[in-house]
Amino acid sequence: MMKKAKLCIVAATMIIMTLLSGCHGSKGLPEFEIPEEFDESRSYEITFWAKNDTNKVQSDIYKKAISDFEKLYPNIKVNMRLYTDYGRIYNDVITNISTSTTPNVCITYPDHIATYMSGINVVVPLDRLIDDPKYGLGADGVKFDSPKRDEVVPEFLNECYLNGECYALPFMRSTEALYINEDLVKALGYEVPDVLTWDFVWEVSEKAMEKDASGNFAVNGQKVLIPFIYKSTDNMMISMLKQKNAGYSTSEGDIEIFNDTTTELLKEVAVHAKSGAFSTFKISSYPGNFLNAGQCIFALDSTAGATWMGSDAPLSDIAEASKKQFTTVVRPIPQFDVSSPRMISQGPSVCVFNKDDPQEVLASWLFTQFLLTNEVQTAYSETEGYVPVTRKAQESDEYREYLSLAGTDENDHYIIKEEAAKLLLNNMSNTFVTPVFNGSASLRDAAGALIENVTKAERRGTKVDDAFLEKMYQDVKSLYKLDSNLSGAMKKESMGPLPKASVILLTVLAVSWVMIGSVRLMQILKKKKEEKTTD
Amino acid sequence: MKKVLVAALTLAMAAVMLTACGKGGSEKKSEGVMTYAEYDAAALDSEVTIEAYVQAHQSWWDNKITVYAADKDGAYFLYEMACSEEDAAKLTPGTKFKAKGYKTEWSGEIEIADATFEFEDGNYTASPVDVTSYLGKDELKKYQNQLVSFKDMTVSAVSYKNNEPGDDIYVNFTKDGNEYYFCLEYYLNGSDSDFYNKVGSLEVGQVCDVEGFLYWYEGPNPHITAITVK
Repeated sequence: MMKKAKLCIVAATMIIMTLLSGCHGSKGLPEFEIPEEFDESRSYEITFWAKNDTNKVQSDIYKKAISDFEKLYPNIKVNMRLYTDYGRIYNDVITNISTSTTPNVCITYPDHIATYMSGINVVVPLDRLIDDPKYGLGADGVKFDSPKRDEVVPEFLNECYLNGECYALPFMRSTEALYINEDLVKALGYEVPDVLTWDFVWEVSEKAMEKDASGNFAVNGQKVLIPFIYKSTDNMMISMLKQKNAGYSTSEGDIEIFNDTTTELLKEVAVHAKSGAFSTFKISSYPGNFLNAGQCIFALDSTAGATWMGSDAPLSDIAEASKKQFTTVVRPIPQFDVSSPRMISQGPSVCVFNKDDPQEVLASWLFTQFLLTNEVQTAYSETEGYVPVTRKAQESDEYREYLSLAGTDENDHYIIKEEAAKLLLNNMSNTFVTPVFNGSASLRDAAGALIENVTKAERRGTKVDDAFLEKMYQDVKSLYKLDSNLSGAMKKESMGPLPKASVILLTVLAVSWVMIGSVRLMQILKKKKEEKTTD
Repeated sequence: MKKVLVAALTLAMAAVMLTACGKGGSEKKSEGVMTYAEYDAAALDSEVTIEAYVQAHQSWWDNKITVYAADKDGAYFLYEMACSEEDAAKLTPGTKFKAKGYKTEWSGEIEIADATFEFEDGNYTASPVDVTSYLGKDELKKYQNQLVSFKDMTVSAVSYKNNEPGDDIYVNFTKDGNEYYFCLEYYLNGSDSDFYNKVGSLEVGQVCDVEGFLYWYEGPNPHITAITVK
């Protein structure tokens, strides 16, 4: 009988412990521990999900990086899968987390990592790896000349911190730029200032809407003209709010975007959407297509899209016959306060996914680190208006030479591309990022939807007034799960795995309750036995 | 005399019916639904309600689906129409549906955006229309979004969007000295790896008959659905 009781106690303890470990989401992978030594006697096959900008040169640079890395580490094979859309990568990673088939290394945005971290130990925290004396950034045990931690641009590395822990390395950085048809601005009687205000852009855009007697736009003589097109409307909303020092969200995940400043900004956007002076990529198409056809004056797009901008752009989707010759100038995005310009910092980062085998994770880390070497950094950044994320690469002779040759040809040294990169290099201290939490990706989408909805509404004959905006706010909150209750839920999720101390405390509590229960159970069994003996 | 009159009337009716068939056999639309002609004439950014039949669709994603549809008079491209995954499975070729959305233009492509839909009874699958003779001419645009065919096209270039398999394939063809840009749309092709590989392995100089939906992106950019190498 005593044996059975003991068995019951053990079984009950196991069930409770299992239930406890099952709390706070699924059981997840064990926490990654850095192996003392990288086992090079074994072979590893790792997957790398990468993103390019529909730019084939970028694909080739990834391939070369992989090939060079595999020569240094013949026991590591890297399989690459290429995407052209961050959204698709995000979607696929989410799907693969549930089946434990995440890639090893993945190009990503910090907003997305916040969601990946809903699972336990899914994404590898990198601080200890970065500082590891043997395999860390710039450490002796690494077979290539990798940058040290302090050689990574601090602003860019800081963007990869979530809840005080680094979960990614920056890979490339870009910002947004205003690509301007200077000829059309001059034709309207204006000069392009060094930094444009929003008022200037709206004023010139409205003036450009005047038509001639034949119904063509007077300034370009064409049937088509959209003076101002913004590619990423989420960035547009976010940047305007930042420049106005208005609410967007807190770092804890409190949603602040539905405020009076947002309403004021949207009403302004609505005015210019109604007149046709403003449109967006989602509604009309790529700003560069219109710019290059002489059908747009202010094309606002990423510096990483610079090779598509201008009369002599090396990449173009429009027919040669549709292209117009004009002078393109590159400027920061419009500002509310030109003395204190603010622009977004964006661009791909790289995260490492956890696996059962710590050696495999270490192999993944080595490859991730390899992406920060000078050769990869300079080669990739030169494909577009990106800048390298390390001082080491930015200050390298090769990169300095690249910048010095701006405009000497229309491909490798295409002037607009290099000016776009310089715009960011000269404004690194003026960049900002938005707070990252589980749900921040959704908030970003919502920010863009506000602009898109207002623009569509005016184009479709619906007046954007307070009633419209109030209803739209409710719809957007609901669609993007931003109402107060769900926001609270997001914040809970954003806390990630329970801290060790909490796990220990809960375990002690559970064991105590199990012990109390066991004693009570033994007392009952003993009493029953005594009753049976008495009978 | 009566017999002659009956015969004449019968012949007249048959002639009318044949004429209608020749025009594609227009069908009566439900209350509040536009004919294709009305849709075609509708202004951009105006609300439109259409009845059509699914011809194909791209992969369902994020509660949205992009549908290539047609009725007997013309074709429609419904971009990211609101759709549950369950309903997406029912949008098989031929399925009739009614959709309401906004007529828009994106880089020359006339499409219906922000649409919602409901299923209706009926079935129709369009046959490809040979538009080879319209290549390079303005008339081609009248066939936008329809299932069309091009005869004796010579492959001039084949490239993957990502420089490797796994995404769209761009195929250029020449005809009478002019080059035209076609695309195997990855999300339209779906899981048909045989067809994907077939298009990916086309060689410059091969002569083909090509079928596809006449999509538009800064000019004609058919989305290939079938290829016969001659």
